[in-house]
Amino acid sequence: MTKKAQWRKRNERGISDMDILRFSTAGSVDDGKSTFIGRLLYDTGNIYTDHLAKIKKGDKLSLAVLTDGLQAEQEQGITIDVAYRYFQSKKRRFILADSPGHERYTRNMATAASTADATVVLIDAEKGITTQTKRHSCIASLLAVPRLVVAINKMDLVNFSESRFFELEAEFTKFAEKLSFKDVAVIPISALEGDNVADKSKRTPWYEGKTVLSYLEEIHLIADKNSIDARFPVQVVLREGTKRFFGGSVVSGGFSVGDEVTILPSLETSRIKSIIKTDGKAIDRASVSSLVNFTLEDERDISRGDMIVRSHNRPHAVSECEAMLIWFDEKPLSLNREYFVFHTTKQTRGIVRELSYLLDITNLKRKNADTLGLNDIGRVSLELARPIFVDPYDRNRGTGSFILVDVETNQTAAAGLIIERFSEKDRKEEIIRKQGHVATNITESKGEVSRVDRESRLGYKAKTFWLTGLSGSGKSTVSVALERELFDGGRLVYRLDGDNLRHGLNRDLGFSDADRGENIRRTAEASKLLNDAGVTVICSLISPFEKDRKMAREIIGNENFCEIYVATPLSVCEERDPKGLYKKARAGEITGFTGISAPYEEPKNPDVRIDTSTETLSESVGKIKQIF
Amino acid sequence: MSLLDELEAESIYIIREAFSQFQRPTILYSVGKDSSVVVHLARKAFYPMPLPFPLLHVDTGFDFPEMYDFRDWFVDKIGAKLLVYRNEEAISKNANPFDLGTFNCCDLLRTKALVNALKHFEVDAAIGGARREEEKSRAKERVFSFRDSFGQWEPKNQRPEPWNLYNGRIKKGEGVRVFPLSNWTELDIWSYIERENIPIVPLYYAAEREVIVRGDLLIPAVQTRSGNGLLPGEKVEKLMIRYRTLGCSPCTGAVRSTATTLKEIVAEMMETTISERSTRVIDHDQEGSMEKKKREGYF
Repeated sequence: MTKKAQWRKRNERGISDMDILRFSTAGSVDDGKSTFIGRLLYDTGNIYTDHLAKIKKGDKLSLAVLTDGLQAEQEQGITIDVAYRYFQSKKRRFILADSPGHERYTRNMATAASTADATVVLIDAEKGITTQTKRHSCIASLLAVPRLVVAINKMDLVNFSESRFFELEAEFTKFAEKLSFKDVAVIPISALEGDNVADKSKRTPWYEGKTVLSYLEEIHLIADKNSIDARFPVQVVLREGTKRFFGGSVVSGGFSVGDEVTILPSLETSRIKSIIKTDGKAIDRASVSSLVNFTLEDERDISRGDMIVRSHNRPHAVSECEAMLIWFDEKPLSLNREYFVFHTTKQTRGIVRELSYLLDITNLKRKNADTLGLNDIGRVSLELARPIFVDPYDRNRGTGSFILVDVETNQTAAAGLIIERFSEKDRKEEIIRKQGHVATNITESKGEVSRVDRESRLGYKAKTFWLTGLSGSGKSTVSVALERELFDGGRLVYRLDGDNLRHGLNRDLGFSDADRGENIRRTAEASKLLNDAGVTVICSLISPFEKDRKMAREIIGNENFCEIYVATPLSVCEERDPKGLYKKARAGEITGFTGISAPYEEPKNPDVRIDTSTETLSESVGKIKQIF
Repeated sequence: MSLLDELEAESIYIIREAFSQFQRPTILYSVGKDSSVVVHLARKAFYPMPLPFPLLHVDTGFDFPEMYDFRDWFVDKIGAKLLVYRNEEAISKNANPFDLGTFNCCDLLRTKALVNALKHFEVDAAIGGARREEEKSRAKERVFSFRDSFGQWEPKNQRPEPWNLYNGRIKKGEGVRVFPLSNWTELDIWSYIERENIPIVPLYYAAEREVIVRGDLLIPAVQTRSGNGLLPGEKVEKLMIRYRTLGCSPCTGAVRSTATTLKEIVAEMMETTISERSTRVIDHDQEGSMEKKKREGYF
């Protein structure tokens, strides 16, 4: 295809239904990063012809030239700083934050990773995994980038060797066990020759995965966002007559008109009266990332830096906290000296009281240190002049991050990531130690009858069977049969059916990603209570997102949770269409319908996998019963 | 969230940060399409309140007549306060691109004028419409771009910007250029102008206009106080053209086009394979000319 034709193709749908994926990359001159970026831009038809003329040398393309930086850097032959590049494929817009990979540029890598939905690291297939690869992966993990793409580059130099690829893949996978990515994809590429970057290579028949571009195109962005904890830092207060509008961005979670909210730090409560877009139109709900203005039912004294949150789910108000600092400034950290602290829309002052350790980012080992210098990463205790409202960074990038600013030079001195200091248990114990009691109204009351007591009377352990799968896959049918069998076998058993729960416990929830998450949280909590009471539970919910099922597993407890993947193929489900929903979804009458207009993330390691299109009902039930 | 909604939200967030962190934020208003988008976003950022800061036009005296007409009409329509600054000293000495060369002329009438204007009006945050995608040297530009007390940009002095935490702390005399459109592309600008129906200078729409054809360039044939810019052997032709970008009339190239509506412009943008800045005469001076200008205080 000619470039002109490709260009037209990338644009034929226009940009109105596109979204933005932000990704970061890092690397040095030798690992082929510039060529990789050039290749990505070139193969997606994103290079203007006047620029193309500059990179053509005979019939060869010097792709690396496309991503050159400033004059000074060009002369030194290196790129410093973070450069942002913009390109689009047919499916989405990409914003690439590109930084150098050397240790000296840790701060640039961290900046690039801070807003990334994914990070691409390049490994030279000949040289293998280097310290730089590890450093970059660890920084991305520390900054809570959800997904990592490991591109094994220069496969052309190793004759597209399958064994070399799998050797590197295994080595990297082992290393990545320490890291906290939601997903890691290892892809064999040749940036120079264009294999598996945007176009699937014919020279890697042994590789069944996606190209780098298709992986980036298919990331389901909403699933990676925190859609649970509703947080709205007030950025501006706007006035019209006596009316006041509180403007800001929904950092995480979502808000609906009528929600009961608490204002921090005053702890006053009110309800959301209206949600107004910046064009003046009123809407019912503001979801994560949207920028809106709220009005409240009651007159409340609120200013910039305050935070509006849902009353039943509040962040921690802390006047001291534990954090990882990535040091940005030439001037090293001074303990016990004041810095400005910028957190969400709030500015206050803070003092670093203690440096616990310095982290070697290439192997995650801890060292003792007296201070932090440029590009150092270390764990500190921070004391604040005024409380800030935080969630742990790995749960919430918006309310878990801050920067320190030097009060003398005004330089941005450090990026900070808030760490949950203690486990929930430790936290309660600490409060009890300090105050003699837990001061909130969520004190757990401990009874005299334990779960073990109940289990020993009943003679079995209660478990939760979690059936996940598409609508029409046969979850309910299997659940009903399984319930009967277990009951007949002498167990107390109860079925929690997604549809049934939506008539009662969950009737206030819709089908947005946030509501789906909340639906699962409640169902999991209910299952846990029933399990505690000695009742075995069978849950049948579509539960399309990995993160939600993971949450359910955490709530119910790993040892009690059995994940059953009802893997009936979509085509069969759609043909069955027992509730006529697929038909409506295809016609566009229902939006966000799993399998049609919303994704289903297949469980990677289900305890049991059943397929009602190839098995009889009793075979499916039998397979589940085997895991007792 | 859709592309344009996300970009809009990000830009409004940045404009509100500028408003909250500075004493005298001002919109740098060049009368061009990007300026129009910035003003539109700023109005949305504070709706239902009126725009809380003025627009500053650094006037070289060489802008197209249509631009002055549009400026006055637009400012009046939205009820904004307009500040105009001209380097009168250079203008009185007849500074022009034909005698001085584009680079030197720009330096006097734009760069120096802008730095002086910001000083004159005591602007601490100048909100401009520059985009990172526009030009190579801008790919690394910050959203809050720090300028020392001489208005100069120093790559080493720029502050890292992790997440969306922008550090606007400055000392007296220093300043920040704020770029809310950092992450927009030219296609986004046009799509947004279409979606929001934002008024723009008519020169952006195709019409029959008089131009001088010089190699790949179409140079507007305008009579300025320093002549008509014709080189020996050249003549004025009437062609169907429009402008992708607007600046001083002697130094702005046009493109052949039949796009007379926003819809047609967007369709044309989706097809174009030529970068925006290639139509600007000014960039043909020398490689890296943009970076030089930036160091000295130009955008």
